[in-house]
Amino acid sequence: MNNSLRILYNGSAVPWAEIPLVDSGQFLQSILDATGHGWRVVSYFGIPARAEIPLVCVLADKVESRLAVVRTVADDNRFPSIASLCPQVQLFEREIAEQCGLLFDDHPWFKPVRFHHPFLAGRDAWNRPAGEPLRVGVMDYFQVAGDEVHEVAVGPVHAGIIEPGHFRFQCHGEEVFHLEISLGYQHRGIEADLLGGPHPRTLQHMETAAGDTTIGHGQAHCMIMESLAGVKVPPRAEVLRGIALELERLANHTGDLGAIAGDVGYLPTASFCGRIRGDFLNMTAVLCGSRFGRGLLTPGGTIFDLTSAQRDDLLKRLADARRDLTDAVDLIWSTPSVMGRLEGTGELSQELALELGLVGPAARACGIKRDVRHDHPFGIFRMTHLPVATAFHGDVCSRTMIRWQEAQKSMDFIEEQLRQLPGGGHRTKASPCRGQHLAVALTEGWRGEICHVAITDDSGRFARYKVVDPSFHNWQGLAMALREQQISDFPLCNKSFNLSYCGFDL
Amino acid sequence: MPYPAAPLQMPERFRGYPVVSTPTGTAECHDASAECPYGAFTATGGGCLDMGKCLFCAECPAGNIQFTTDYQLAVTGREQLLVRPGSEHHHARPLSPDLLRMFGRSLKFREVSAGGCNACEADTNVLSTIGWDLGRFGIQFVASPRHADGLWITGPASKNMAQALLTTYEAIPAPKIVVACGACAINGGPYIDSPQVCNGADNLIPVDLYIPGCPPHPATILDGLLRILDRLR
Repeated sequence: MNNSLRILYNGSAVPWAEIPLVDSGQFLQSILDATGHGWRVVSYFGIPARAEIPLVCVLADKVESRLAVVRTVADDNRFPSIASLCPQVQLFEREIAEQCGLLFDDHPWFKPVRFHHPFLAGRDAWNRPAGEPLRVGVMDYFQVAGDEVHEVAVGPVHAGIIEPGHFRFQCHGEEVFHLEISLGYQHRGIEADLLGGPHPRTLQHMETAAGDTTIGHGQAHCMIMESLAGVKVPPRAEVLRGIALELERLANHTGDLGAIAGDVGYLPTASFCGRIRGDFLNMTAVLCGSRFGRGLLTPGGTIFDLTSAQRDDLLKRLADARRDLTDAVDLIWSTPSVMGRLEGTGELSQELALELGLVGPAARACGIKRDVRHDHPFGIFRMTHLPVATAFHGDVCSRTMIRWQEAQKSMDFIEEQLRQLPGGGHRTKASPCRGQHLAVALTEGWRGEICHVAITDDSGRFARYKVVDPSFHNWQGLAMALREQQISDFPLCNKSFNLSYCGFDL
Repeated sequence: MPYPAAPLQMPERFRGYPVVSTPTGTAECHDASAECPYGAFTATGGGCLDMGKCLFCAECPAGNIQFTTDYQLAVTGREQLLVRPGSEHHHARPLSPDLLRMFGRSLKFREVSAGGCNACEADTNVLSTIGWDLGRFGIQFVASPRHADGLWITGPASKNMAQALLTTYEAIPAPKIVVACGACAINGGPYIDSPQVCNGADNLIPVDLYIPGCPPHPATILDGLLRILDRLR
């Protein structure tokens, strides 16, 4: 690796001045070299400016658990795209274009991401007039031509109680040639609001960035605040956070296992899991009063402690839920008509998953051993190691199997942690952020890798705060998995990924 | 579950109906500079908490507020969400007799998430699972607005969803009712006054039932529904 990179570790902060400033050629070459050596792009973003937009890229190497930062300045309003050489950056480049007004030359797929005006008025990459509202979803969609080809458009409002998004299928009869997904309907301006922060609203914005991942995003944010302030979290708080993170994973994986069964019309597992999911949510409510973990985390530790009566209550609830979930999920594996629908549906190759930079259960289902808890351990996962479950076919069945294997590991983990809860306090006093620093925090949410990056100005305020939800990496994976599938299998494939709209739209 | 025949047991730390106390002395007075970042609390006139804006935070930065475990929060009028020291605890009122005749035994909703974080959506969805079994009350969420009697809104009404929200509302045949589920849908929630949102459904269409919370507990949602259908008093 060359010396244009500043190495750091998950949950740490480095002085901004220690990150070498390189020219654009060396910047892009560093990204290509690193990704060529198996590193991944975990975040790539611009800092909004009138001219000379600073660009920052954070890379991750799982072999040595290292992270690296590289930065440059785009001195023109154009910048070379490397998306054709390195597909995992294609969406990052479009995001930078939309947020900062930077044009990426030769981008193969140069379209808006969320349909909002740039952070600073006057620099729009698509020359959209500043004063006028944008028409979300209106863009050039990829189209397949031919006598027997037809297009199916779905959304933004879908049939169930789910978030909005627009899907365009290019079909030949039942077969899908191509799917394009256009989002942005849930955009709430989270990153623009974070400029100049932390604000009194920041913690709640992080908890609701993707509301079903309150702990995943909340913990990443707390890690950023703690590393910028140089605050150490008490061991008891690290354990409570770990328990909450795994309960969040259990609730969502259980919900997904039920929903996948429901989408193939297998109601027993669907019905059982719908209820058992609630049992896990209620366990989180024992911790903090909220089924979604709202109000548990705070920079410096946790707001709530756990009494021994509550601990015993959780252990009992966990044992009950484990028994019920095992029975409900075993029905899937022992029902050939269900397995017949899951196996071979929505396959994604490992090569493609690697190229696109997929994360979480979707990546592990393709045989990629990738898990932040293992690769870049944080919090309690530095002390307790969870085995990483992988599968090999990259189909709906693999994505289902992964969830069950992970659920079992999470239940083992919670039980072990509850039985050996360390003593001491659960909260240290937060202090102000250091100025002129860059901090990186990665956590493994139930959908996969969550990355938060903060850069502070002279006074310790956020000059930039970047959030990457795992869905940002994975939506393209769903689109590719649909190729050569029957359009009627879309709901099943979609559920097997179960990606976040609001986490993507921010 | 036996509800509504038997009461529900809420978690010990659940934050429900707030009690607003008048500051009694200088020692107990809050830091004057501390205020609710969402504008839910105003100190004037003995203090007033707007449950429509409140996120029921674990550490309330403003006012002398204590949260009880009472989950019955839903109301039918926006101003009934204002809680003052000693004020009456309002509940949702039944629909008008003509609407009750039409919807009393069969009420279908089309749900639209407009900038929601998927928490209100998830805890609305959970009512249809076997645990809560919403169907036993004749209430159901349907795929098409044409089949619906009402619109169910979650999220602060993001600018990018405003058009789709209005189109869905128009597609529902009259007479129809509108439910704003969660702090976002009532007044913008954590995103109140963000340039990217419309500060809730109220600013776009008339709302008939307000369900506070971030997100509301399923019990809070069901309480509101049963009360407008006059099945709970």
